[in-house]
Amino acid sequence: MKAQWIKKEPKNFSVRPNLMDYEKEYNAFQWEDVALEFQGSPSMGLNIAHETIDRHANGPLAQKTALVWLGADGKKREFTFAKMKQESARFANVLQSLGLTKGDRVFTLTTRLPEFYIAAIGIFKNRSVLCPLFAQFGPEPILQRMKKGDAKALVTTKVIFEKKVRSLLDELPQLQTIILIDAIEDESDKIRSFNSLMALASDIYEIAPTDPEDMSLLHFTSGTTGMPKGVVHVHKAIYMHWMSGKYVLDMHPDDIYWCTADPGWVTGTSYGIIAPWLHGITNIVDEAEFDARRWYEILQNEKVTIWYTAPTAIRRLIRMELDPLKEYDLANLRLVHSVGEPLNPEAVIWGVEKLGLPIHDNWWQTETGGIMVANFASQPIQPGSMGRQLLGVEAAIVNYDRDSGVFEMAKTGDKGELAIKRGWPSMFRGYLHEDERYKKSFYNEWYLTGDLAYKDKYGYFWFIGRSDDIIKTSGHMVGPFEVESTLMEHPSVAEAGVIGKPDPVVGEVVKAFISLKTGFIPSEELRRELIGFGRQKLGVAVAPKEIEFQSNLPKTRSGKIMRRLLKAREMGLPEGDISTLEH
Amino acid sequence: MTAEEIKQIIITQILEIAPEINEGDVDPDAHIQRSLEIDSFDFLRILTALSKEIGIAVPEADYGQVDTLNHMVDYFVKHS
Repeated sequence: MKAQWIKKEPKNFSVRPNLMDYEKEYNAFQWEDVALEFQGSPSMGLNIAHETIDRHANGPLAQKTALVWLGADGKKREFTFAKMKQESARFANVLQSLGLTKGDRVFTLTTRLPEFYIAAIGIFKNRSVLCPLFAQFGPEPILQRMKKGDAKALVTTKVIFEKKVRSLLDELPQLQTIILIDAIEDESDKIRSFNSLMALASDIYEIAPTDPEDMSLLHFTSGTTGMPKGVVHVHKAIYMHWMSGKYVLDMHPDDIYWCTADPGWVTGTSYGIIAPWLHGITNIVDEAEFDARRWYEILQNEKVTIWYTAPTAIRRLIRMELDPLKEYDLANLRLVHSVGEPLNPEAVIWGVEKLGLPIHDNWWQTETGGIMVANFASQPIQPGSMGRQLLGVEAAIVNYDRDSGVFEMAKTGDKGELAIKRGWPSMFRGYLHEDERYKKSFYNEWYLTGDLAYKDKYGYFWFIGRSDDIIKTSGHMVGPFEVESTLMEHPSVAEAGVIGKPDPVVGEVVKAFISLKTGFIPSEELRRELIGFGRQKLGVAVAPKEIEFQSNLPKTRSGKIMRRLLKAREMGLPEGDISTLEH
Repeated sequence: MTAEEIKQIIITQILEIAPEINEGDVDPDAHIQRSLEIDSFDFLRILTALSKEIGIAVPEADYGQVDTLNHMVDYFVKHS
């Protein structure tokens, strides 16, 4: 049963939303008009670093706070646009002095430190490619991604380097330089100190001409059958970030904005770095992990006006069972958005009741580079729906049988695969080194997202689930194949089948079913050993949280483990079509 | 329950979630999540298990007060 519509009275809002009439704006919108919002001249082209930082530093916003960084230990540091310009110029000069140039992939593997944000902008300035990895990855996911992405340099910290990277160096011959953010001095010609390098670098850097189609960012996303894919994005994606920043996140010049996503995932770059700075607004970054009281204090003390967060965090706040408006002064907060997985209707309504603000769910993925479907500040919400297609975006529900090649548009209200019509500016330009895989993700003009949904008669989209076996845990995608491959490296494991087990807080948790090789017997001791093995190899973000031994994993006649069946059994659901099951 | 007993129960629960850790590597004053690669979901699982073992539930709002092993022991002692 669907919840009631949440109606809006935008005329009474403290700030008039940038989008007041959805239909009118949608019909009038043209991408060419967005070009006028950027400064990039023909000689310079279009560079993310210039449009996010330098142009503000060169103008009236120079002394405005660009970044407010809140350290896990209570420290606070602030950086103006002018300071960000200087520091990122230094880092671009560092990269240049190390021989890194256009198109070279510079990986980062750190928690949310200010140096990361400086490095990110410096990488764009140098026209190198930013490849941010989540710091909670273990050595296996790090190695896979750095190999596939042809990593030439890595920015990380001493502890992470020692724990997760040093042992991989022999397998990464292309990796020329490692820059350690917290090292006091260089260890060798290869392992350098961030501060020593920065101290020698000039704070002036002229950005070379940048083609809007030059590669800017490489994010990895999980596949269902193979190893992770390197999703290629280009500088021109900022058209999307600017537009969605204006019309969805509703950025106005005086806003204080907090996106809680980690830059290891695409939300943390598109909306944790690029969108707020394109609009010249103050961006809050918290180094610490989720903590309910800390988060309310940040909203209060930093006077956050726009907050972009995730369902996992919202569900944790709901668990607190307190009245935030009685305990905290959240008067400045005017807009709350959520992304990562579908936001349940109860959470949207909780926002209305406890924050005095509904929570605006939206939908997009690594490949789309920016928000594609959203609830808008001025528009009514149907709790549980991800909202309507963005301006300049055409989303549809299609049915595409990949085996027979039959493609048709779904009727209103009918379930199908969510597809986006080719041509939006932040569309991914490829899977790195995997052209076939890229081609397969399109049917003619349509990018096929792999998400199942339907569209109602009002044009609102409703998420149903994935069309494949990819696991969504705490808003992150985990590929079962990557987990299974690693578990099978353990001497006791014969076969592994990995699924997402539904969980009320994090959406799904990674659960592995394991059959053991002859000579090994299931035991509590072995289960613990395998849990530890997974954590050490894959890292906490990817490793299975649960392991169950099963002597025979269900397989197709061709020998493929039927994850779907494992999941149905786990959930106590009907087993569905098992005609291909091996008996 | 003595503080020492509580400490042992907490360590046992941490090792249940992260069995690869050596007991001796648990620094009683280090941030549990950051130093031991315990994510916030794992932390939730540890506290849920401890509420069963010790009989004291730590409300979500107090999670900031139990960030290190020593702080966690203090919290349980204070609330027992």
